[in-house]
Amino acid sequence: MLVSKTKRALTAIAGVALVLSATSAAADYALNLTPGVTPISHEAHTLHMLIMEVCAVIGLIVFGAMFISIIKHRKSRGVKPAQFHESTAVEIVWTIVPFLILVGMAIPATKALVAMEDTSDADLSIKVTGYQWRWGYDYVDDGVSFISTLATPKEEIYNQQPKGENYLLEVDHPLVVPVNKKVRLLITSNDVIHAWWVPKLGMKKDAIPGYINQMWFKIEKEGTYRGQCAELCGKDHGFMPIVVVAKNEADYQQWVADQKGVATADKEAAQRDWSKAELMARGEKVFTGTCAACHQASGEGIPGTFPALKGGAIATGPKADHLALVMHGKPGTAMASFAGQLSDTDLAAVVTYERNSWGNDTGDLVQPSEVKAAR
Amino acid sequence: MSTATTHDAHNEEHPSGLMRWVTTTNHKDIGTLYLLFALMMFIVGGAMAMIIRAELFEPGLQFVEPQFFNSMTTMHALVMIFGAVMPAFVGLANWLIPMMIGAPDMALPRMNNWSFWILPFAFAILLSTLFMEGGAPAGGWTMYPPLVLQTGNAFPFLIFSVHLMGISSIMGAINVIVTIVNMRAPGMTMMKMPLFVWTWLITAYLLIATMPVLAGAVTMLLTDRFFDTSFFNAAGGGDPVMFQHIFWFFGHPEVYILILPAFGIVSQIVPTFARKPLFGYSSMVYATASIAFLSFIVWAHHMFTVGMPLTGELFFMYATMLIAVPTGVKVFNWVSTMWRGAMTFETPMLFALGFVVMFTIGGFSGLMLAMAPVDFQYHDTYFVVAHFHYVLVTGAVFAIMGASYYWMPKWTGHMYDERLGKLHFWLSTISVNVLFFPQHFLGLAGMPRRIPDYSVQFAGFNEISSIGGFAFGLTQLLYVYIVFKTIKGGAKATDQVWEGAHGLEWTLPSPPPYHSFSTAPEVK
Amino acid sequence: MSEAHGGYYVPHGTHWPIVGSIGLTTLLVGLANFLNGSSVGTTMMVVGLGIVFFMMFGWFGQVIRESESGTYNDQVDKSFRWGMGWFIFSEVMFFAAFFGALFYARIFSVPWLGGADVETNELLWNGWEAMWPTNGPGDVGGEFESMAAWGIPAINTLLLLSSGVTVTFAHWALKKNSRGPLVMWLLATVVLGFSFLALQIFEYTHAYHEMNLTLGSGIYGSTFFMLTGFHGFHVTIGAIMLTVIMLRCAKGHFTPDHHFGFEGVAWYWHFVDVVWLGLFIFVYIL
Ligand code: HEA
Ligand code: HEA
Ligand code: HEC
Ligand code: CUA
Ligand SMILES: [Cu+2]
Repeated sequence: MLVSKTKRALTAIAGVALVLSATSAAADYALNLTPGVTPISHEAHTLHMLIMEVCAVIGLIVFGAMFISIIKHRKSRGVKPAQFHESTAVEIVWTIVPFLILVGMAIPATKALVAMEDTSDADLSIKVTGYQWRWGYDYVDDGVSFISTLATPKEEIYNQQPKGENYLLEVDHPLVVPVNKKVRLLITSNDVIHAWWVPKLGMKKDAIPGYINQMWFKIEKEGTYRGQCAELCGKDHGFMPIVVVAKNEADYQQWVADQKGVATADKEAAQRDWSKAELMARGEKVFTGTCAACHQASGEGIPGTFPALKGGAIATGPKADHLALVMHGKPGTAMASFAGQLSDTDLAAVVTYERNSWGNDTGDLVQPSEVKAAR
Repeated sequence: MSTATTHDAHNEEHPSGLMRWVTTTNHKDIGTLYLLFALMMFIVGGAMAMIIRAELFEPGLQFVEPQFFNSMTTMHALVMIFGAVMPAFVGLANWLIPMMIGAPDMALPRMNNWSFWILPFAFAILLSTLFMEGGAPAGGWTMYPPLVLQTGNAFPFLIFSVHLMGISSIMGAINVIVTIVNMRAPGMTMMKMPLFVWTWLITAYLLIATMPVLAGAVTMLLTDRFFDTSFFNAAGGGDPVMFQHIFWFFGHPEVYILILPAFGIVSQIVPTFARKPLFGYSSMVYATASIAFLSFIVWAHHMFTVGMPLTGELFFMYATMLIAVPTGVKVFNWVSTMWRGAMTFETPMLFALGFVVMFTIGGFSGLMLAMAPVDFQYHDTYFVVAHFHYVLVTGAVFAIMGASYYWMPKWTGHMYDERLGKLHFWLSTISVNVLFFPQHFLGLAGMPRRIPDYSVQFAGFNEISSIGGFAFGLTQLLYVYIVFKTIKGGAKATDQVWEGAHGLEWTLPSPPPYHSFSTAPEVK
Repeated sequence: MSEAHGGYYVPHGTHWPIVGSIGLTTLLVGLANFLNGSSVGTTMMVVGLGIVFFMMFGWFGQVIRESESGTYNDQVDKSFRWGMGWFIFSEVMFFAAFFGALFYARIFSVPWLGGADVETNELLWNGWEAMWPTNGPGDVGGEFESMAAWGIPAINTLLLLSSGVTVTFAHWALKKNSRGPLVMWLLATVVLGFSFLALQIFEYTHAYHEMNLTLGSGIYGSTFFMLTGFHGFHVTIGAIMLTVIMLRCAKGHFTPDHHFGFEGVAWYWHFVDVVWLGLFIFVYIL
């Protein structure tokens, strides 16, 4: 009964809101937490509703009493102020009663929390690594691994193109998981702290560099679920979404097989020598997806924060130093180690690209085999 | 100014003009300086908030680049918390505590001057980072490593400005404690002190206990960045999360530093306009002390998602929920004070009533956040942003504004314009709810905080929130106007000012003499 | 011109704070510039430090003159006492932050990295084993030797503890107004204090040159040097303050029942002493 009342009030507010802003057609005026698609998220939702209702009831009582006295006990109605100012009995009551209410809240919360933190007996473990500003996924048992980057084009962000339906919540390689399986995530980070969060899955966990955090979910419904990095991680914190695709077991197995095929092909490609055109084309892709966030597509960087590669000392200096810097990064700066993130081919390509773009004309080629040797 | 005993041994100069303000040791002068400084910083921090709201008005990047947006969020919070709300409270403490306890001045007047005069320098340093290579700090006001270590040239300036703010706060707090324990007029026992004095006493204790911890934390940041230490670096055996523990050991008591004096203010205003003594004086005192005590053992509720062991999460969840009990006692006491009173609704009372309702709403959302299993959903979303602006803006800031209306006639000798005051209250209250209430919905729908751009589904409520924000901001221009108008002139205020006002400060003339109580009053 | 109100001294006007603020700001901005590698840094620091010292001489000098001319009544004296007490409490909390870091590392982060948290240990740190002292799984700063407790540190403990005793003897002497012993005991305290510092400098040099133990030696080096370093800094300040007090005593300052300056410094000295005991136990022994 109360829920419906609050709901009605909220809908009324939302109505006013709608009138206020007829412009943003795509906006929906969601008011509440959704129940989500995992057992955990159902529990969180139930608890959320419970505590919200408790607060609403207490609020009604407290504000009710206050408004009654505002209306009735006002000087303009000629009342004489009472002079009471103490009552041990009521004070004890309103200390104990809230305390008991809180105990009542704490019990289901404890149960839920214990269940949420129980990551044992998982069917599938995936290592999740936060990078500035991408997510890396390693399927611990299947050997599949890939990087997942924002897929929304710059033009949409800078308002030169209309925004798509999943504006900022779309990636190139979504995380694919089977439904009805307990999936355990082993979360860490390569640089700063990030947080992995998909609202519909009901859990959020920080990615701490140097440590592994765990969380689990069991998706009950096939579908695509979207979320975002939830811990400030620098410039593009708002631009590192998460997309999870839940498939049935058969489709999932098919997907794993496909991924393995791609990986084998990549491995084979790394054996041969690449032409300059090939390296440059692949390098540009890697650069745009991985490096341009900091060093900018123009290679000019952001003065004071991210150095220019265009004419940069390293990018035009000895080839081996350049490769080493990209592979191992520069500790203590935002320049991370990319050896673990990029394949031999990608590293070779991106270094080649940097050495032959924006007027850097070293003419050097870096072959995947050289990267392999440098590892 | 009185010319009591002169000591020829001392030939201190007695300048006028600007130097009077720079060298003053008078608690009222210093209080005024603090309050004006706070108002200035409120405008600066508010201007940054306006940039934030403008960028968030629509999806897409319109006005600022993401890095600058993050700087705005970071600086907005630092300026508002350390530059506006805390100095405003210290200003009120300076003006009021000596008058309320019957003292001639603060106990350590020279140090009092220094506590204030560090602040402009600290904020000059902080604000100067806006013009530095690499931009102003953009790692959030919580300064979490490793991100904050990526700050450009601004980094050491950020650290040192925090050190300076800390020194200022600690000296201010020591002064408050010493004044209260040592300068009370005869007969002014502890349990006769006005609640504002009590809440400040406890606040000062929190300040002295936590500001040094913050100083230690940022010092470790500094050495991690420049002197190769590994406090927050796993490779060396440290832990980035360790910073969060140390920071929030400061940070949570800090949020009560930002609200306890507000509780005190409301406890002064409500009885005056209800014309009825405060209900449950002693339980108010004990509740304040309990809140302060609990505030030291709840810090990790800001860190439920960092991967603490389960027992830790449970402990911090329970302890946090407990805070609702003493806070509830306060709310119930205020309502009982109004109950069967004879209320009138001048501007200070309106702000106090607004405070009670909207702070409680903020408290409720705080309680929701305290539930760890659901905080996994709320954490780092706009739900948190809504929570803390309810307690900070409609809590702390509303209390400060209420206090300024309540005591301004005493300070200046002039009544403020009641009609404008009420208008200011109503415009503020409406717009602030348009500003922050929809942020609850945004958070629940899944909008993370600290992002310059968001997916289209959040567009509607962001637009409303921004409109509310601009309206609230503009309304504060009215406030500035009212304040300066009152300083310049207005109807003459009586000594008691308010019909229902009790307490030593109302026995002094309006405006009070330069030295509040040259001879200590007798308190029965 | 200054005024007393019911005997409570309220000074009028002071320019020392603004001088202090300018000095501190110059110092810190200089340091920040220095850290950023800017060439003006060092000069600014020196100038800033100069201003701060100038302020301290001026401000303290004024307070001493006022005190000696009997401006401060008992209530003022009490204010100073409360003020000093709470200042020391704030210092205690400053050290608490660093002790907290030490305990956190030893109880939580190092064990987690070293196997208590299996996933972290195996996936990220190749099965590295927890130990203390340590420079972490990344072997930050290279192999080092840790500082043994029972050499210099033990001697230093004795030095500081006995200096706590000598300063108390000095206090008794002051209460009996026997000036000779007062100065003598203070001198002993100062000598003990500076000997402590000399030994600590020797210890540090040894650590840096022979043990490869530096600030950069992972979490052990960090906590070791930050804790003992800040402590040493406080000993330095304490010893300087004691020297000043000693000189004032020699000049005949203080009376048997009016000597807050002396007591404040003595309290500070005891505080430094107690912190050292904590250090000796938690940094060196355990
Ligand atoms: C003035 C400042 C202030 C105040 C007073 C509070 C008060 C409270 N806060 Fe809030 N808080 C902040 C400022 C403040 N907070 C800030 C700035 C942040 C974000 C920091 C950042 O990350 O940047 C934050 C974040 C924050 C979090 C972390 C959220 C997250 O990041 O995930 C949590 C979690 O527990 C929390 C809880 C609480 C609680 C339980 C209270 C309680 O004190 C509230 C108690 C009050 C009531 C409950 C209402 C009145 C009581 C009754 C009427 C009695 C009966 C009630 C019941 C029994 C239900 N706060
Ligand atoms: C006491 C503290 C305090 C106060 C008073 C405020 C006041 C306001 N805050 Fe803020 N805020 C914080 C403390 C505070 N905030 C903190 C701690 C954070 C977290 C930071 C972090 O994540 O690190 C935060 C973050 C924060 C965010 C989230 C940013 C993000 O996550 O990316 C937003 C967004 O809406 C916001 C908005 C506002 C607004 C609109 C006001 C308004 O109330 C301001 C109104 C005041 C004025 C506008 C100034 C006076 C008027 C004028 C100057 C006239 C001119 C006006 C116009 C041009 C219209 N604040
Ligand atoms: C998160 C931001 C970020 C990303 C992403 C990033 N870099 Fe960097 N990069 C930096 C920073 C910061 C530096 C400067 C480090 C320093 O202080 O020397 C740097 C330095 C460099 C340099 C040396 C420049 C010079 O002349 O000193 C090269 C080359 C480089 N990066 C290449 C790359 C490549 C290739 C990629 C992608 C695979 C990449 N970077 C991705 C931040 C980044
Ligand atoms: Cu990654 Cu925010
Ligand atoms: Cu908190």
